[in-house]
Amino acid sequence: MTTTATEQDTASAEESRTATGESTGDPILQVRNLQKRFGGVVAVDGVGFEVEQGTVTGLIGPNGAGKSTTFDLITGVQNADGGQVIFDGTDITGRRPEQIANRGLVRTFQIARELSEMTVLENVMLAPPNQLGESLWRSVLPGFRGGVSEQEAELREEAWETLEFFAIDHLAGEYAGNLSGGQRKLLEMARVFMTDPDMILLDEPLAGVNPTLEEKLLDRIHELQSEGYTFLLVEHDMNVVMNHCDPVVVMHQGKRLMQGAPEEVRQDERVLEAYLGGEVEQ
Amino acid sequence: MSDGDAQADDTTPGGDTEQSVRDRIWAVASASDIRLIAVTLLAIYAIFLFLGIVGGLDANGLYSSLERVTFFAAVYALVVLALNLQWGYAGLFNIGIAGFMAIGLYSMHILTVQIGLAYPIGALGAVLITSLFGALVALPALRLRADYLAIVTLAFAEIVRSILGSQRFAEFTFAGFDIGFGGATGPDGTLPDPVKFFLYKHPYSLRPEPNAFGEFYFGLFDLFIIDDSTAEGILYALFLSLFVGLYYFLLVRTGNSPFGRVLKAIREDETVAKALGKDTRKFKITAFALGSALMGLAAILWYTKRGGVTPTNFEPEVTFFVFVALIIGGAGSNTGSVIGGIVFGALLFRGPVFIERIINQRLEAEADPTTIFDAFGGIDPFIVYTTDNLSALRVVLLGVVLVILIQRRPEGLLGKRKEIASSIDLEDRTGGEN
Amino acid sequence: MVEQSQDHWLGSRLQTDPLTAGFVVIGVLFFLDLLRRLATGTVRPDTVATFLWSGIVFGMAIGLAGIGLAMTYSILQFANFAHGDLITAGAFAGWSSTFVIVGFGNIAMEILLLVGQPARISSQLGISVTTAPLAIVVGFIVSVLFAAGLAVGLDRVVFRPMRDQSGISLLIASVGVALALRHLIQFIYQPSTPSVVHDPEVPRQAIPVGSGSFTIDAHQVTLVVVALGLMIGVHLLLQYTKLGTAMRAMADNEDLAKITGISTERVVLYTWLIGGGLTGAAGYLLALEQGFLDLTLGWDILLVIFAGVILGGIGSIYGAIVGGLTIGIVSQLSIVWLPSEFTTVAAFVIMIAVLLVRPNGIFGGVTSV
Repeated sequence: MTTTATEQDTASAEESRTATGESTGDPILQVRNLQKRFGGVVAVDGVGFEVEQGTVTGLIGPNGAGKSTTFDLITGVQNADGGQVIFDGTDITGRRPEQIANRGLVRTFQIARELSEMTVLENVMLAPPNQLGESLWRSVLPGFRGGVSEQEAELREEAWETLEFFAIDHLAGEYAGNLSGGQRKLLEMARVFMTDPDMILLDEPLAGVNPTLEEKLLDRIHELQSEGYTFLLVEHDMNVVMNHCDPVVVMHQGKRLMQGAPEEVRQDERVLEAYLGGEVEQ
Repeated sequence: MSDGDAQADDTTPGGDTEQSVRDRIWAVASASDIRLIAVTLLAIYAIFLFLGIVGGLDANGLYSSLERVTFFAAVYALVVLALNLQWGYAGLFNIGIAGFMAIGLYSMHILTVQIGLAYPIGALGAVLITSLFGALVALPALRLRADYLAIVTLAFAEIVRSILGSQRFAEFTFAGFDIGFGGATGPDGTLPDPVKFFLYKHPYSLRPEPNAFGEFYFGLFDLFIIDDSTAEGILYALFLSLFVGLYYFLLVRTGNSPFGRVLKAIREDETVAKALGKDTRKFKITAFALGSALMGLAAILWYTKRGGVTPTNFEPEVTFFVFVALIIGGAGSNTGSVIGGIVFGALLFRGPVFIERIINQRLEAEADPTTIFDAFGGIDPFIVYTTDNLSALRVVLLGVVLVILIQRRPEGLLGKRKEIASSIDLEDRTGGEN
Repeated sequence: MVEQSQDHWLGSRLQTDPLTAGFVVIGVLFFLDLLRRLATGTVRPDTVATFLWSGIVFGMAIGLAGIGLAMTYSILQFANFAHGDLITAGAFAGWSSTFVIVGFGNIAMEILLLVGQPARISSQLGISVTTAPLAIVVGFIVSVLFAAGLAVGLDRVVFRPMRDQSGISLLIASVGVALALRHLIQFIYQPSTPSVVHDPEVPRQAIPVGSGSFTIDAHQVTLVVVALGLMIGVHLLLQYTKLGTAMRAMADNEDLAKITGISTERVVLYTWLIGGGLTGAAGYLLALEQGFLDLTLGWDILLVIFAGVILGGIGSIYGAIVGGLTIGIVSQLSIVWLPSEFTTVAAFVIMIAVLLVRPNGIFGGVTSV
């Protein structure tokens, strides 16, 4: 392990230099030389990039480029075989998912993972961190439950506002399992916002969302961006990426192919090749 | 009950003390839930009374059968409520219930009978010991998938039973105390029956004499031609029912809270709970330890009535019975758990025994058929054979019920229930905190 | 790149290796202690030989019974808790037939069918492998057929309607089946433990070890030989028949198997037939070896079978055989250190340790046949 780590360090140093060369601002997330293997298949092969504070950064690439796995590695859902993730100046590599989430880096899933036997409200009320009532004795012992209810009443208001923001407040009492695909995506996003994050990784947030809602959702993202939130967005719809993300990171075969402004990406031949190649493979 | 709660209630306008107490009781469970439990219990009483009267039982027999029904309904409700916390809420598939019950009861026996602590202190100690074992077993739960956890917990319970029943640990010295599990026949010495202390001056003297309350209590029941031992049983059943109420109160509060919400999230999708920043390990261990402790206490309350303790009381079947009861009521619902416990304990567990008693009173076959072939000699021998072997047939029935439920109605008799995990009404946006 | 991937492979091995190494160290320590005890004379060689032999016999039965459990685990993806009672059902059916054949004409049919209930008639019948070989062969075949048929029947009624449900739902259903089956047997046969063989009739051979000796009897040898034969049969079936290929494919990946045009339901049918049949065989042989029937014959060893299957890597048939044999030997050898009442405890502790440390099993590591 130790020898490998040294090798990786050298590699990642190189990687980050290039990345810094392209960036101008203050990176909130730095990904260096991430590696992940499943049996003999290399899913992520040394990808590295940076995300600046307050941007909506796009992460694109043909199918199988390793985008979702990269998300899993960043958020601790899976353990990387090598590489480094630095969030807000802290090395979070190998941390558990809940520790990473509590630092303010949260994510949604490609296939929405709603808690289906819980209502929409329960789903969003789950998210706020460090709730008093999460300690058993406070919730149970007479004399302490008052404080729990008080806090819950405040969070309830916040939850309703968040549901309104994402236009699913009419479904508040519904079981999450009864929602449509697009509504589940919205619920996931609402839930993630309730954690009070600094940065949000969105894995295909628009899949299954109808066009009117899509427009609204993108507006929301920019609204939140202006409030200081940072986004990293995996999306297949190129129009969305080109119009709403800046910069854009392109992944191909588990590596970073390039990173730049949407126009640069659009004109880059390697990107076109990667996509065509990807298409042909299928 | 305490200042904190009263303060919280002050936010509700116009709530004087009496009002707020009532409010609080209703806040624990909606009126309809308690009514549902009451109606179930009354319906079951009615069935037993009807059958008893048809079967020709006298008044004392009727009361004593109702007392038995209540006893089993209550003890099962207790264990089912505890299991519901682990499996219904947190999705922790524990099939080592019998093991935790055994640990609770044996600890109780050692602490009270063998070491000489008072009943409540012994019970508290036993519950703590059981919760420690629960936490210990929960550690593997952090990494195992559900079916492996099932095998581990069952193996744990079987290891516990082997050790409790072994000759090696029949007697030993621990921390200066001569204690022991008593081997296959269980430890010597009768567990104290707490109810007897309410009724008698010296409950374990040769001929116990009622104290003042006992005089009054037995006198009251004399009016209804109920003998003392039945009256004592009725008080025990009430004592148990009080604990069902306490468990229910405790677990409804546990479930309807942010804590319960995280447990539900773990059951639904643990990855999501983690991704939202919840340290699921902490919640799983807490829920498992609390559930195990409540199982241990349930065993104590169950067997202090009987007095004796043997390892055969804790065979894996006990565990499966509890599962049948929970699935009947609907996993994930505390109200369902109580109803499942009542329906199972009264109808499925006690019902066949009751019917056997009535039939045996009516039918006197010339000779008891001893094999199934004798039983086919006629209607009466068949019925007698069947009722003689009812304990076996009862379990066949339970097995079939379990299969049918899991196939056709896995959500339980009550169907899908919305028991929102929150201390407040989430949908009532403008509402108060209770 | 290639070099780096090697490094990673080694790295991940290193992460899991200390645990396996721990197992090996503990095993070696016990082995060394055994040698020490033998050298110092605290344990006699013939005692160890006795434990070893009874461990092999028990282990072969566990391994044989484990094949069916591993099959259902890999192909239907659930832990079948009714497996133990399938063993019991097969054994009772088979021994009823053996009794009927041996005692026909001399003893009332209904007594024979109930394996001598309520009277004990085993000494009267004098059954053993040498005195009634034909009746035993027929009884064995009945056990196999009955258990296979029962398994398929239960699948039709209970498990088939639940194909799309979770492994836990199926597990719970199998618990229901186990409860119902065991008590149905109790309802018919009454709770008792009828002897099935006449002990004095069983041929025995003392084998000298050191200054003492240990005994093997004909029924133990029968169990080991027949179990070995069946295991080889299963191996041939899996490797050299189309059905075997289909079963392996399905254990690997059900969707893949579907694409290749294998009829899933047909494979499932054969899984139950073969697994059930072997289970019945194990039940009959166990009763032959221990000399009596018991309502909890199968249930009592279910967890030990699980231990073997888990040790070998859940779902791996070869793993189940090796795991079962290992568990059998280890649990019997544990008597050197533990009171004999703790043999199953030793097996369970090993199982829990394996589940915690290497959930994929020590030998297998793959969840395929």
